[in-house]
Amino acid sequence: MSASAPNAAISDLRTRIARLEGGNVRERTVLPFGIAPIDSHLPGGGLALGALHEVAGGGNGAIDGAAASLFAAGIAARTQGKVLWCVTRQDLFAPAIAQIGLHPDRVIYVEAGDDKSLLACFEEGLRHVGLGAVVAEVARLSMTASRRLQLASEGSGAMGIAIRRWRRQTEAADFGQPTASVTRWRVSVLPSRPLPVPGVGRARWQLELIRSRGGETLDIEVEACDAKGRLALPSKLVDRPSQKEIGRRLAATG
Amino acid sequence: MVLVGRQGNRRLVVAADRAALEAGLRVGMPATKAQALVQGLVVMNAEPDADAEALERLALWALRRYAPMVAVDPPDGLVMDTMGADHLHGGEQMMLTDMVERLSQVGFSARAAMADSWGAAHAVARYVNRTVSLVTVNATCEAILPLPIAALRLPDAIVGGLRVLGFDRVGELLKQPRAPLTLRFGPELCRRLDQAAGRLSEPIEPVRPAEMVEVKRAFGEPIGAAETIARCVGKLVQALSIELETKGLGARRLDLLLYRVDNRIEAIRVGTALPVRDVKRLTRLLCDKIETVDPGFGIELIRLSAPLAEPLTPRQTISSLIEQRDTDISDLIDILGNRVGEEMLYRFTPVASDVPERSFRRVAPASAETGDAWPDHWPRPARLFAVPELIEAIALLPDHPPASFTWRGIRRRVKRADGPERVFGEWWKRDAELAAVRDYFQVEDEAGERFWIYRAGDGEDAGAGSHRWFLHGIFG
Repeated sequence: MSASAPNAAISDLRTRIARLEGGNVRERTVLPFGIAPIDSHLPGGGLALGALHEVAGGGNGAIDGAAASLFAAGIAARTQGKVLWCVTRQDLFAPAIAQIGLHPDRVIYVEAGDDKSLLACFEEGLRHVGLGAVVAEVARLSMTASRRLQLASEGSGAMGIAIRRWRRQTEAADFGQPTASVTRWRVSVLPSRPLPVPGVGRARWQLELIRSRGGETLDIEVEACDAKGRLALPSKLVDRPSQKEIGRRLAATG
Repeated sequence: MVLVGRQGNRRLVVAADRAALEAGLRVGMPATKAQALVQGLVVMNAEPDADAEALERLALWALRRYAPMVAVDPPDGLVMDTMGADHLHGGEQMMLTDMVERLSQVGFSARAAMADSWGAAHAVARYVNRTVSLVTVNATCEAILPLPIAALRLPDAIVGGLRVLGFDRVGELLKQPRAPLTLRFGPELCRRLDQAAGRLSEPIEPVRPAEMVEVKRAFGEPIGAAETIARCVGKLVQALSIELETKGLGARRLDLLLYRVDNRIEAIRVGTALPVRDVKRLTRLLCDKIETVDPGFGIELIRLSAPLAEPLTPRQTISSLIEQRDTDISDLIDILGNRVGEEMLYRFTPVASDVPERSFRRVAPASAETGDAWPDHWPRPARLFAVPELIEAIALLPDHPPASFTWRGIRRRVKRADGPERVFGEWWKRDAELAAVRDYFQVEDEAGERFWIYRAGDGEDAGAGSHRWFLHGIFG
């Protein structure tokens, strides 16, 4: 990766490996988060378009999938084009999805009867050229199924996001099984940003990048999506005893 | 009111409404006798020709809307083979309910039944006292056992003869040895019995409107392989699209009828969200469904028709100089719609209502984009429960958030809270909600999990609600 060793043999090997991997005719493009610590851990400096990504909730989030779906919606909101959202049981509250910048006109929901037809719809959506992102809430995702999904999204360039959501806490151990997805995230809720007045501040998440193909893992605390679907880093300022400093400054001037 | 028709030289009552039946009139009694029994009876002449014509029109409507094979079942019924078509209406039960509702909207009282055979469906629709009945596969025999013999579509003479012998129900008849029955009443009786039980096939001769765009292809040698069928479908779609183009139409529904050598018809129906004439897209939709048909011993004739077609004129595409348009995804909508059902594919659109569960509505994905969104004064939870769950909460009345609450057996201490957001009942729409109030709070527990809870009632007035607490949603 460093330019210090301009070895022709290695670069030749790289191109041969890339050719062997196949399907990479399309130029790999990425969708950056705009947060340096996260983007630097992802190959290419952002979340790869034309690839499958997995998101799961931590703790109770593995069952309700609330934070995971907001994280996915925030990513989908920043893509171009329509978004296909596949579910087996519909309990998403559309106003919340609209609040993080994914307009209701852009999202088409598919309610599939079972996991099998859900995966079929997911794959069909990923094969279609012109969608921004395809999101699906799946419980089980086998290696074969995820490989198919990954190939489908490589072909079309649409981003696939699988929200892993299980019926019971015990089934969530399934998240350890290997799949062909490019990245794997876990989103857990944290206490919100403290406010100087009573109330609930901006939500915070513990964001874990458990797996990233060709990149490193990451564990970071972020503030949840804003109205444009962007994450933010929590500022340390609010924890500082700012009142005292202001008072001191006032005393100094006065 | 009664309708009077002629039978030979006599004028008989052929139909009577409920009031007339309650007054003691019966179908089949002489018109003069009816008039003598009830004073001020409204007598109208029956018009069987007009009735038959109306039934024919109804059959064409059903053909466009529901199934590829529809035939009239005179004097008062329609028979449809809905195989390969119910997926467009969200399943068999929903399809029947939809039929009955739509007919009742235009003033017909209808009863619908679905069964394995024409005979059984005919009998169940007329003699089971339900508006919608669904006979499950392989339960046909049990379903027709308790029905009266008149349900079997037999001539009056045979029904009368059987009644003389003491037969009342179909079940009793099925238990009897066949030979004596056939000897006495002819082959008709056993044929009808077998048809009702589904042992004897009874092909439907579908109605075909004259103006329908249709192409067909007959084979010298019956075909059966899926690839061969797919190839022929491709050629037929090509021919159909040329026909459609000359008329300036695009297909909204396509019916593929496959006539088998054993005189059965297999059908595939696909629907599209917008009129389509594109050969590739239509072929793809039809070929997706080929695996659902059973070619049996072979197919000798394929017929492709577009029962529902709408005008489709060429449109100018925007030149690349201007900003690029959103790519068209109606083909994806069609593919998914034909796979999971059109109702299962939707977008959410806002409804002007403060009550959360009424603030959205499902619309078809291809419907016009309004650009409307919900007002975002308050944060909304990512997941909303269809039924709010009852929780135990400890809170200071009237307007404090709870200090702690118990949900699904786990007690959570509230660290931070926001609210109340008061939602009033929609008294202008529903009388029962005249005084109803909900106070919503966003609460966060020690672990950082955020919930949307509400108290039914305003905390002061008992008329505003039960003052119990509910959990309605989960924030991410």
